Amino acid sequence: MEKLTVDLCGIELDNPIIPASGTFGYGYEFAEIYDINCLGTFSFKGTTKEARFGNPTPRIAECTGGMINAVGLQNPGVKKVIEEELPKLKKCFNKKVMANVSGFSIDDYVYTSEKLDKCEQVGWIEVNISCPNVHGGGMSFGTCPESAAEVTRAVKKVTRKPIILKLSPNVTDIVSIAKACEEAGADGISLINTLLGMRIDLKTRKPVIANKMGGFSGSAIFPVALRMVYQVASAVKVPVIGMGGVSSAEDVIEMMLAGATAVQVGAANLVNPFACKEIIEDLPKVMKKYKIDKLKDIIGGAL
Amino acid sequence: MKKIEFKVIKNIKLNDSVMEMTLLGDTSGIKPGQFVNIMLEGLYLRRPISVCDIRGDKLIIIYKVVGKGTEMMKNIQEGYLDLLTELGNGYDLSKSGANPLLIGGGVGIPPMYYLAKKLIEEGKKVTVILGFNTKAEIFYEEEFKNLGASVFVTTADGSYGSKGFVTDKMADLDYSYFYTCGPEAMLKAVYEASNTSGQFSFEERMGCGFGACMGCSCKTITGFKRICKEGPVLEKEEILWKN
Repeated sequence: MEKLTVDLCGIELDNPIIPASGTFGYGYEFAEIYDINCLGTFSFKGTTKEARFGNPTPRIAECTGGMINAVGLQNPGVKKVIEEELPKLKKCFNKKVMANVSGFSIDDYVYTSEKLDKCEQVGWIEVNISCPNVHGGGMSFGTCPESAAEVTRAVKKVTRKPIILKLSPNVTDIVSIAKACEEAGADGISLINTLLGMRIDLKTRKPVIANKMGGFSGSAIFPVALRMVYQVASAVKVPVIGMGGVSSAEDVIEMMLAGATAVQVGAANLVNPFACKEIIEDLPKVMKKYKIDKLKDIIGGAL
Repeated sequence: MKKIEFKVIKNIKLNDSVMEMTLLGDTSGIKPGQFVNIMLEGLYLRRPISVCDIRGDKLIIIYKVVGKGTEMMKNIQEGYLDLLTELGNGYDLSKSGANPLLIGGGVGIPPMYYLAKKLIEEGKKVTVILGFNTKAEIFYEEEFKNLGASVFVTTADGSYGSKGFVTDKMADLDYSYFYTCGPEAMLKAVYEASNTSGQFSFEERMGCGFGACMGCSCKTITGFKRICKEGPVLEKEEILWKN
C-alpha cells in the first residue's frame, strides 16, 4: 500500500488517482458499483454560488479518441452541496474530498470557497479558472496571469485549506499563468482542463452542440496535457496535478514522470465507470514491470 | 447499473433500416423502459439503445441504422459486447390501471414490447398503437399480437393499417392510462391528444448514460432531471416542452 502513497499539499493520498471534476458527480453514482474509498480522493462536480442548469442540449459530441462536452457547470449551488450532497457522500466516502469551485466574479469564488473551506469533509479546494463552457466568467479568469493571480489571492485570503488552481490549456503561455498563481499563494496547480473544440453535423450543417463549442477531452488529448504538465512542473515548486486523457496505469506513470504529484482521470470514467478502480489495481503490476518501487520516487523523473 | 459482457447470438434485419440483435448474458434486474449502453470498438462513447425484450438470459434490442455506431452494430454477427445495463428509471407499471394504452412510433416501438409483455403478465388488458410512416417500415406487429395485445397500426401515408398518426387512433379508444415512446414531435402530439395521465420516454445525446456527466439534463416541473438517470421516462404532469 505504501508503495502508492503520495503527499498532496500536506495530505497523504493512498494512491495518486483522483477522478476529475465533472466526470464523477458527487460520487454516489460510482459508489453504487464499487467502493470509492479505493481512490486517492475525487474532485466533485464544479460548484457555484447559485444553482445552475447549465447549457441547452445537445451538450455532448463524439470525436476520434474523445468527446466534447458543453455542460456549462450544472450544479445545485453551494448551499445544497453542503446541506445535501456532502452528507450523502459521507455515507460512502470516508476520505477528504476535493471541492471544485467555479464562479463568474471574484466575489463568487470567494463566497463559494469560504463556505466549502469550513466543511470538515473537504481536504482541498480546486479553483476552476478554466471552464470553457460559460460566458463572462470561468475561463476568462484563467486566460491571463493577472486575473488568475487575483482569484488566487482572494480565495487564499478566506481559506485555510490548500487551494489548487485548475488551469486552461486554451492560452498562449500556460507557464506564466501557473507561476502567477504560485506567486499569489496557490498551494498546487492542476491542469489541463478541456481543449476548446467543436463538431459540425454533416446532415444539418450546424454545430452538433447547442452551445456551438465545448471542451474536448479523452485519450486523444493526452500528449498535449502531458507536455503542459511537464512545462508547468518544470517552472513551479508547488505540487502539480496532471490530467487530460489519462486512461491507464501507464498514462499515470507517464504523467508522474512529467512532474505530476497526483493524477486526475476524467472522460475515461464516463466510458468505463470502473476506470479508476482498474487503474489503481493495475498500478502495482505496471510499477513492477518498470521497476518502480515507490510511486512518489518517480515524480518529475523526466524533468 | 451493471457492466457485463454479452454474447451476440443473432443480428437480423427487420426491414431496410431496422435491425434486431439478440444478446446472451446476465439480464437480471433489467426493467421495461430501461436502456443499455453499448461499447463499440474504435468509438469513444457508448451507444444507448432501449431494451425491447428479456427472454430468460437473452436480451433483445432493436435499432435503426442511422450513423457510425449503428452501422458498425449492423455488421456484428458474433463475439462479445461490453454493456452497461439497468440504466434509467424505466416505466412505472403500478400506475397502468386495468386497460392501459401503449403508443409507439418508429424506433420508439421496441421499449413498448417488454412493457406490454409485463403488463399482460399482470393481467392488464393492453392496447397498442404502432405508428409508422409507411408499410415498408413496419415491424413487430405480429409479435405484439402474439402477446395478446389489441394492436392497431397507423401509417402516415395510408399504405397499411389506418391512415394518419397515432393520435388519430387514440381518439377512438378508451384507456385507463398510457405509456409512449417515439420522436419528440409525436410525444408532444400524444401529450396534447391524451385524456388520461401517462408516461413518456425521451431521447437525448448522452455522454455516460449513468448520471455522471450531466450531458443529457432537461428541465421539468419537478426540477432538473438527467434523461439517463431520473429519465428516460417522465410523467405527463412534470414535462416542460423545449419548443
